[in-house]
Amino acid sequence: MSAAFVTFDGVSLAYDGTGNAIEDINLAIHEGEFVAFVGPSGCGKSTFMKLCTGLHAPTMGTVSVDGTPVAGPLKISGMAFQNANLLPWRTTLDNVLLPLEIVKPYRHQFRKRREEFVGWARKLLKTVGLEEHENKYPWQLSGGMQQRASICRALIHQPRLLMLDEPFGALDAFTREELWCVLRDLWEEQRFTVVLVTHDLREAAFLADTVYVMSRRPGRVIEKRSITLPRPRPLETTYEKPFIDLVQELRAQIGDVRST
Amino acid sequence: MTKNSSLIERLAPWIAVVALVVVWEVTVRLFNVPSFIFPSALDTAQALVTYAGPIGRHSWQTFWTTLIGFGLGVVVGLLLGFIIGSSRFLYNACYPLLVGFNAIPKVAFVPILVVWFGIGSVPAILTAFLICFFPIVVNVATGLATLEPEMEDVLRVLGARRLDVLLKVGLPRSLPYFFASLKVAITLAFVGTVVSETVASNQGIGYLMMSAGSQMRMGLVFAGLLVISAMAMVMYELFALLEKRMTGWAHRGQQR
Repeated sequence: MSAAFVTFDGVSLAYDGTGNAIEDINLAIHEGEFVAFVGPSGCGKSTFMKLCTGLHAPTMGTVSVDGTPVAGPLKISGMAFQNANLLPWRTTLDNVLLPLEIVKPYRHQFRKRREEFVGWARKLLKTVGLEEHENKYPWQLSGGMQQRASICRALIHQPRLLMLDEPFGALDAFTREELWCVLRDLWEEQRFTVVLVTHDLREAAFLADTVYVMSRRPGRVIEKRSITLPRPRPLETTYEKPFIDLVQELRAQIGDVRST
Repeated sequence: MTKNSSLIERLAPWIAVVALVVVWEVTVRLFNVPSFIFPSALDTAQALVTYAGPIGRHSWQTFWTTLIGFGLGVVVGLLLGFIIGSSRFLYNACYPLLVGFNAIPKVAFVPILVVWFGIGSVPAILTAFLICFFPIVVNVATGLATLEPEMEDVLRVLGARRLDVLLKVGLPRSLPYFFASLKVAITLAFVGTVVSETVASNQGIGYLMMSAGSQMRMGLVFAGLLVISAMAMVMYELFALLEKRMTGWAHRGQQR
């Protein structure tokens, strides 16, 4: 294993005087690792994302990414949320290109290298099966298609860290499983580091190398679990016994958290 | 069947106008109302033709003063809205002030403006401006201030500066609000100009109506009313059209 890419060292965060949102988090994520955070609602999973990307500074402890303490927004990360948040006045293609208009060093090259960037966007859209929809507006796309575009937007500037905050939460079960596979294939191909926050234990177990279970507020990591299922994992894995047992164990743990 | 009903729907506004004119004419004739109290539609039309020259001159005066006032309102409204909407602190600080300012009847400003600028076009322009910039400020500021926090996070994590977020997301997002406010503002601007003209001018439709009224020439007064209403309506429709063209994405989304 390579040296840790993201490290949390005794990190706590309190938004205001009402107590910590998350408390005493210690963990290390390796480059190229796919980690998932699961836990009951309000356990500070989204807070964790904000700390990781430097959108929020911790009240105590340090967050380091790539060996340096995080002191501001990290430009090497991309984010996608439960809502696709596409801009309705831009086509799918232009939505995907948006980060390149903002992130350095691309923003200054945008006009000159536009053709090349459009090529990147088209390639990404093709991988997620949206190549025929690049000129459509977000409101002409289904929820699942919007979410695919949103993931493309998070990946267009080739981030080393992809942050996903319940990206499939609002989708129906079939679309969700389809997108799991899309994400799996993207990750297998490019091997960026992924932090996935989710409520869905099957999603976490299917996609991640490591699953962290968090407690209720104040959120702490109460369990770190390596998923040793062989890769690449076909979707059928999720209907086999080892996988089901694994999910049930995780489920039991969450149940314990909720009842205490 | 559907073709017929859509035709009727398109004609409906015209039918309503015709019906109103008929009711007006019939009522006046039926009750034998004297023309110097309430002129009939025919009297009004006659006045409109007879005094076409003076009406045209005075409406042109009203029209351009309104447009200048409106133009000022748009520029100031956009700027102020942008500044206030881009900062939560300023938004909270200035909002009550603006509401308080808006609560003052703008006609109350006219005497002050007359003291400062004398009678004529300047008070009319300024009254139009004062009355019409408020809806623009509020709409632009609200459009900017109600940005989704997730969208902001997506961009901030890329190292976007506040200005990037405002230009790439905030401004386009508030455009539908802005254009919607233009429709309201242009009609208000006409109100401002005419109010000021009735009190403090010797030109413009407002002045024309005032002086015609004092001579009991009610046909001319009503002709003035019609002209103002027609001008305001044309401008309203113009901005409604502009709104549809510029921010089609905001309306097409609702049709689904």
